[in-house]
Amino acid sequence: MSSNEPAVSLDRATGTSATNGPRMMRGAKLVALYVLAIAVALALSALLIAVTGGPWRKVFTALIDGSIRKPGRWGDTLAESAPLLIVALGAIVSTRAGLVNIGQEGQLAVGAATATYVATQGSGPFVLVLALLAGVVGGAVWAGIAALLRYWRKVPEVITTLLLVFIASQGTGYLLTRTFLLLDDDPNKPNRVQTSAQLDADTRIGFIRIFGNAFPWSVVLAVVLAVLVSVLLSRSTWGFRLTVLGRNPRTAQRIGVPVVLAGASALMLSGAFAGLAGATMLAAGTANFRYTPGFANNVGWEGLLVALVARNRPLACIPVALVFGALRTGSGFLAATGVERSIVDVVRSLLVLALLVPPAVAAIQRRRVSPPPAPVSTDEPVVAVAR
Amino acid sequence: MIASAASAVGDVLSSEAMYQSAMRFAIVLAFAAVGEWIAERAGTLNISIEAMMIGGAYSSAVAWGAFDNVPLALLIGVLMGVVVSLVQAHLSHQLSIDQFVVGLTLNLFVLGLALFLDSRWEAVTSVVKPTKVPLLHDLPLVGEALFGQPWPMYLIVPVVPMAWWLVFRTRWGLEVRSVGDNPQSADVSGIHVNRRRREAIMVAGGCAGLGGGVLVLGQISIAGYEGGHVGLKGIIAIAAVIFGGWTLRGTLIGCVLFGYFFALQQTLPVLGYRINAQLAASLPYIVALLVTAVFATRTRQPRALAQPFVRGLT
Repeated sequence: MSSNEPAVSLDRATGTSATNGPRMMRGAKLVALYVLAIAVALALSALLIAVTGGPWRKVFTALIDGSIRKPGRWGDTLAESAPLLIVALGAIVSTRAGLVNIGQEGQLAVGAATATYVATQGSGPFVLVLALLAGVVGGAVWAGIAALLRYWRKVPEVITTLLLVFIASQGTGYLLTRTFLLLDDDPNKPNRVQTSAQLDADTRIGFIRIFGNAFPWSVVLAVVLAVLVSVLLSRSTWGFRLTVLGRNPRTAQRIGVPVVLAGASALMLSGAFAGLAGATMLAAGTANFRYTPGFANNVGWEGLLVALVARNRPLACIPVALVFGALRTGSGFLAATGVERSIVDVVRSLLVLALLVPPAVAAIQRRRVSPPPAPVSTDEPVVAVAR
Repeated sequence: MIASAASAVGDVLSSEAMYQSAMRFAIVLAFAAVGEWIAERAGTLNISIEAMMIGGAYSSAVAWGAFDNVPLALLIGVLMGVVVSLVQAHLSHQLSIDQFVVGLTLNLFVLGLALFLDSRWEAVTSVVKPTKVPLLHDLPLVGEALFGQPWPMYLIVPVVPMAWWLVFRTRWGLEVRSVGDNPQSADVSGIHVNRRRREAIMVAGGCAGLGGGVLVLGQISIAGYEGGHVGLKGIIAIAAVIFGGWTLRGTLIGCVLFGYFFALQQTLPVLGYRINAQLAASLPYIVALLVTAVFATRTRQPRALAQPFVRGLT
């Protein structure tokens, strides 16, 4: 197989040569499976709330009230969704290269911390840009440690990125204990409160106000990035190389992809996105424009889940990020129902688990119906080289 | 500086509490690591070992509060670990969903579920009293550590040889090792690859659930279940397997090593040394990073580790 041909079989949709009829049937089945999966996940959540003695109807109403229905809430939802989307885009880049980066939570924390350090050194829009860049660098460096271990010592990046999450939370916690690092040295500050100094008013990200809703510019940035990543991954040489690398490293090497360079840079880029997400959260007023302990607040994990649910398609991440952002803002309204906020974590991960199943079932059925001398299977790496 | 460091090392090495605490952490890690070792020999890099531990820890704690019966509580912990492993096994080795995707989602799911349930049914536990083996436990230094632990800790003594026997002396174990090394050949010779892998994950789930139970019931300093209480110990167990080069003996040595660093965090302040709290807390994780970096390349890992098996595709 020449190096030009894999493009055809890399496209999942064109993998089988079935006619239109069965394909439409299959599509309908897939949609039905998705609906069923979501229904099961929601029903299980409702059951769980009911079993623990909570009013499940009120919980779902509160989630909708808190995320879109009450005045000013959808702006907040947009603001919450932006960092999730940015994190998810980064996750897609590394997954595309066949690397499993699951340490976004740590990369985000480190990015936010470095951004805080830069942003509190001065003020003005120029400092803001520098701070965002610092976030990018911070996240990239943190992911770079995992990349180094992956390509130099062959340690699985799954393990290292996870371990680095814990180290990041402790490490940034340490930064908040020293005034020459991040700790606020304002003498009026209540004692023993470990937060960084606040960002100056003109170092913050501006807000867009429409219909009584306000959301930061970072929302626009996130959407632009989504389009950019989508185009670059599907249309550029870089995207093609990453795809080949992810599908089959050996083929990638044969067609001249610098495996180590491409893989390490994809992992670092993925960390850079997480770091950028952290920096935008800081400058858009999460935690009141300060860096605080527990700043990342699960945004890294949830952004990663967004990418999983969107099945690694950048544009599909936009609606998924909105849903996940809505769960975040909606959870703020749960206190009135007397149900713990953490139910939202359960609902979210149940949804994700349920959404993993339909495409997998569909893939198995596709394999079953395809005739024995099957064309290159749709889910497997293209094997171009004889063993 | 050097002198004070040397005296610190001396104090730590001569502290009975240190050995006792390190042994406890090591044993808890060892339950999970032995399970993870079996799963990895079958070819699954099972990161939901964390979820299995959390499930075991929380359900054991609740069961103990409810029934006040330690063996029953441990049994329920084991069952919960197996339940979690059933989800992982069937999603990743029947529906062929990426094992890391399933594992990560399960970890977050079980962590969230335990937190939520704990807000309703708070697990209140007391502590299992240490069983002191007569005479032997009076040995200097290591007597308390080896012969004065709460009895659930001693379950590791039968678990390890059983795991060894299962993997190296039974047909099932041979098949497990073969599906971990070369699933295609195993498949051709009539072994049901994905079924063996699922079973190995279930064994891992049982071991990790027991480890979670022992973590809650056997630790003296902690009563009840806390949200972050398993705190990535499952991941450290995976690091121990890598450190051990996918051998049982090496894995156990890894557990002792990491247990030692977990214990440092607890005992150094007691011995009167001031150590930065954040550094102390992240020490085991940093060591795990360094150690896997040193040992990952030297040893032979199961050849099909983390590769899904679908018949007919290479």
